[in-house]
Amino acid sequence: MIRATLKSLAARKLRLAMSAFAIVLGVAFVVGSYVFTDTIDKTFEDIFGGLSSDVVVRPELPVEADFVSGFNPGTTTTIPAELVDRIAELPGVERADGEIENQSMFVLDTDGEPVTSQGAPGIAVNWHDGPSADGSQVLELIDGRVPEGEGEVALDDRTFDEAGYAIGDTVRFVSTGDTPQVSAELVGVMRFGESGSLAGASLSVFDTQTAQELFLDGENAYTRVAVTTTDDADTEQVRDEIAGILPDGFESITGAEVDEETATAIEEGLSFFNTFLLVFAAIALFVGVFLILNTFSILVAQRSQEMALLRALGAERRQVTRSVLVEAFIVGIVGSTAGLALGIGVAQLLKVVFGAFGLELGEGLVVQARTVLVGYVVGVLVTMIAAFVPARRAARVPPVAAMRDDVVLPESSRHTRTGFGSALVLVGAAAMLIGLFADVGRAALIVGVGILAVFVGVAMLAPIISVPVIRVLAGWYPSVFGTVGRLARENALRNPRRTAATASALMIGMALVAAISIIGASANESVDRALDDGVRAELVVSNAVGQPFSPAIATAAAQVDGVAQTVSVRAAPGLVNGETTYLQAFDPEAFDQAAKLDIVSGSGDIDDGGVLVSEETAEAEGLGVGDSVQLTLPSLDEPVEIVGVYAESPLLFGGYITSQRTLENGGVPPVDSLVYIVLEDGADVSAVQDELNEVTADIPTVTVQDQQEYKQQSRDQVNQLLFLVYALLGLAVLIAVLGIVNTLALSVMERTREVGLLRAVGMSRRQLRTTVRLESVAIAVLGAVLGIALGLVFGVALQQAVADEGLDILAVPGGRLAVFVVLAAVVGVLAAVWPARRAAKLDILRAITTE
Amino acid sequence: MNDLEAPPAAARAVDLAKVYGTGDTQVVALGGVTVEFAAGRYTAIMGPSGSGKSTLMHCMAALDSATAGQVYVGDTELTQLGDKQLTRLRRDKIGFVFQAYNLVPTLNARENITLPLDIAGRDLDQSWFDTVISTVGLGDRLDHKPNELSGGQQQRVACARALVSKPEIIFADEPTGNLDSRSGIEVLSFLRRSVREFGQTIVMVTHDPAAAAYADRVLFLSDGVIVDEMMEPTAERVLERMKGFDGLQQVPEAG
Repeated sequence: MIRATLKSLAARKLRLAMSAFAIVLGVAFVVGSYVFTDTIDKTFEDIFGGLSSDVVVRPELPVEADFVSGFNPGTTTTIPAELVDRIAELPGVERADGEIENQSMFVLDTDGEPVTSQGAPGIAVNWHDGPSADGSQVLELIDGRVPEGEGEVALDDRTFDEAGYAIGDTVRFVSTGDTPQVSAELVGVMRFGESGSLAGASLSVFDTQTAQELFLDGENAYTRVAVTTTDDADTEQVRDEIAGILPDGFESITGAEVDEETATAIEEGLSFFNTFLLVFAAIALFVGVFLILNTFSILVAQRSQEMALLRALGAERRQVTRSVLVEAFIVGIVGSTAGLALGIGVAQLLKVVFGAFGLELGEGLVVQARTVLVGYVVGVLVTMIAAFVPARRAARVPPVAAMRDDVVLPESSRHTRTGFGSALVLVGAAAMLIGLFADVGRAALIVGVGILAVFVGVAMLAPIISVPVIRVLAGWYPSVFGTVGRLARENALRNPRRTAATASALMIGMALVAAISIIGASANESVDRALDDGVRAELVVSNAVGQPFSPAIATAAAQVDGVAQTVSVRAAPGLVNGETTYLQAFDPEAFDQAAKLDIVSGSGDIDDGGVLVSEETAEAEGLGVGDSVQLTLPSLDEPVEIVGVYAESPLLFGGYITSQRTLENGGVPPVDSLVYIVLEDGADVSAVQDELNEVTADIPTVTVQDQQEYKQQSRDQVNQLLFLVYALLGLAVLIAVLGIVNTLALSVMERTREVGLLRAVGMSRRQLRTTVRLESVAIAVLGAVLGIALGLVFGVALQQAVADEGLDILAVPGGRLAVFVVLAAVVGVLAAVWPARRAAKLDILRAITTE
Repeated sequence: MNDLEAPPAAARAVDLAKVYGTGDTQVVALGGVTVEFAAGRYTAIMGPSGSGKSTLMHCMAALDSATAGQVYVGDTELTQLGDKQLTRLRRDKIGFVFQAYNLVPTLNARENITLPLDIAGRDLDQSWFDTVISTVGLGDRLDHKPNELSGGQQQRVACARALVSKPEIIFADEPTGNLDSRSGIEVLSFLRRSVREFGQTIVMVTHDPAAAAYADRVLFLSDGVIVDEMMEPTAERVLERMKGFDGLQQVPEAG
């Protein structure tokens, strides 16, 4: 039996290769996701791990740094030099080096553009030669000398290469300090760690005094202390000893603890990214299931006579089932192996792409045993699940069928299918609604499972739905293409189950694309409306590199003629009642001049340290005016009063608004993330904008935009995300297209004799190709239409579910959805290229006499 | 029909040879056949299996290419034509009837019959269509799909399809091979009527002497060459001839 299986496998290499290809792509995506995130993980660990000295002293922060997004909450809390000296004198301490670190010192290249990639920090440190815990130097001088005095700087080698300066040149920086423009003479080039990779960040090294001037207002203090213990000392003992002399708000931890903390933070930061990628891998595999199911169904149908013969010769049902499953197993193994290889290739490609965008990753790729295992398990399991239904059907072929000419496979009854499919759609829809609108835990999972059930249910109903839909979609074929059109239409209707399964694969991708388009359009529309209704400020200063900027810019802007008022907005992470949240900080009264702030209850008076809470958060947390919440910032931990509740708006993120003074008191560096500029009545907007552009000319990290430009920027951001998701869903669509190719190719083979006849009675190759192409277009458009119909439902449901969170306007991008249908038709034409060519190439004589 | 003057040839072959494979595996299917198929005549080609009778028909019908020699359908020489011209030739000048009917399952009987005309984009001659339909006796079956028709009915649809475009010549390949004897007789009678009444030219490959007896002329093929022919055949004479033929065949095998 096994040998018979293997022989039949070899005989159907091509057809199986097609279904294996779905597995290859799905597994490649899974493997690629893991390899890539593992590689990023390792890069970050290499960068941030093993750097710390034996013991580290630092201010205690309520919210840990997020290495992945490059966000560092920062603090203005400093460690006085005198404390460093005291630590140095403790027993077991060999040396204690005060360190100053700043995350917002952006290097400009010779053209005056920021070197760092979007969102990556511009790190600046002071130079000292204290070793890290393993005794090595974190910074190795590779050219020039170390910075020794005022106006001197060293850069890391990657930034050096990119910025285009030579030693002796004057390097320009933009900082968030009081004087945003800084310049210094380049005296040396240093290599950071072993690989030199900083994951897109830049590193500038100053001497201690200069760093203190630049970042600590000249205060003789530090932001951190690196302690090196004597050889015979116990690290943990030294740590505890140091802790004993530290004032409140500081902590002393070992380098090992810092590394562990870093690793955890990196893992957490990346897990979202990994999950994000794996969701798309799961979608691709889910679509793959349809392709494999369909391929095996067709193969089993074509082989039913062979199966019947095996049964007639005495093979048990179980043996027949097993032979199909063994076949699936082998296809799964082969597909997974290829997928593994391709996935590693994909990860390598991603790495190169990221590198091109400035996020250089460490050397090599990380392929863990877990990745390989998951790849195989997923690949083989998915194939076998998909083959199970056809396998069972194969076993039900009656032995007598071996003697008959045309075998009709026993199929589950239409009623069972309809019933089961409808039930699944209902259950899925219910789950979706519960997940979206009811207050339940694991809502995302429930919605996901609901959507899955709806997909499977609709796919089961598709053979019934597809017949009338195809009649409409392909109804015009005969009148335009004559007999060729009629043949194409009838071919598409010929096996509704096959047509429907093929179209269903495309339906899934299309439904998701459509739903995402609706969400994207609604987001754009909502933000537009919010900006139209809410923003009164004529101009907006925002950051171009995803990092905050110096408040000096707002001050300078206020001096420009025609500017009536500047309203700066700051943001910082903090804890409210122990939970991490983003706090926005601005003056509500001034803000209301620039943009709409709708206080629904209480007042906007937060000058005395009170906070405002958003309506949504208030409801979720059960808070109201007069309640008190515990606010924790780097150097603040106290109860504050809620003085007002504000209405949600896309202009406001996070759940709380506080005053800038509260943030500063809490030790948060005074940096702006956005400045609204309100003009005097009658001022010329573009003239003021030109003026402001001049003021910020030396600070390329910020941009001055009018309302239109600002709107466009937010639109661009939404669209960027949208296109990323489209690209990822593109994989699912690609697999669906392969499904169409496969089904058509198999159908053409099945209809060989018919094709031979058509050619014999005078159908030209071109007419034959047109027939296949039209059938393909009908299937593809069917998939697109079903998908977009479902996507509309999903999209509207999602939008309604998040309507309170700022996405309050439903927008259905009709034009774009129409484009998708047209694209589907194009896809249909492309999918038909190969099967049509195959059909046209069939040798007439052989085709017509084939059995 | 009994004119003294020989009617013009609807199709002819001159030194037609067909060789499959090369070197040791070479098989000569046709070894230089020169033959004419007169217009308005019903010709049967007979011969034991492997004699090359199907190959001869396929080459004559523009389904297969010749290795050497020439094939003419009407005045057109086939061996010089490309795929497009051959397709057009099959479409406009040749009709086919196959052993396995070869109807398009998605089209009903009427659509199957008009298929060659539809493909060519030619107008249907309705009165001719009605004549053909009444001749084959399918009037009430035109809206049925092939799987709703019996084997005999399907083959009659196939015959009607071949006739309706008024081709210069119809090639029938074992048209009764899949039919019971009654349906077979119906189809054969119908083919003969179309020759007698409509002047259609038909070339039929068969191995059944009873079927061959419906033809005006029988060609006997053996080992790729024409070894004999018989005018106004009867089943008995054909059978007799075939027997002797078998005897001849056995000589080389015995020796």
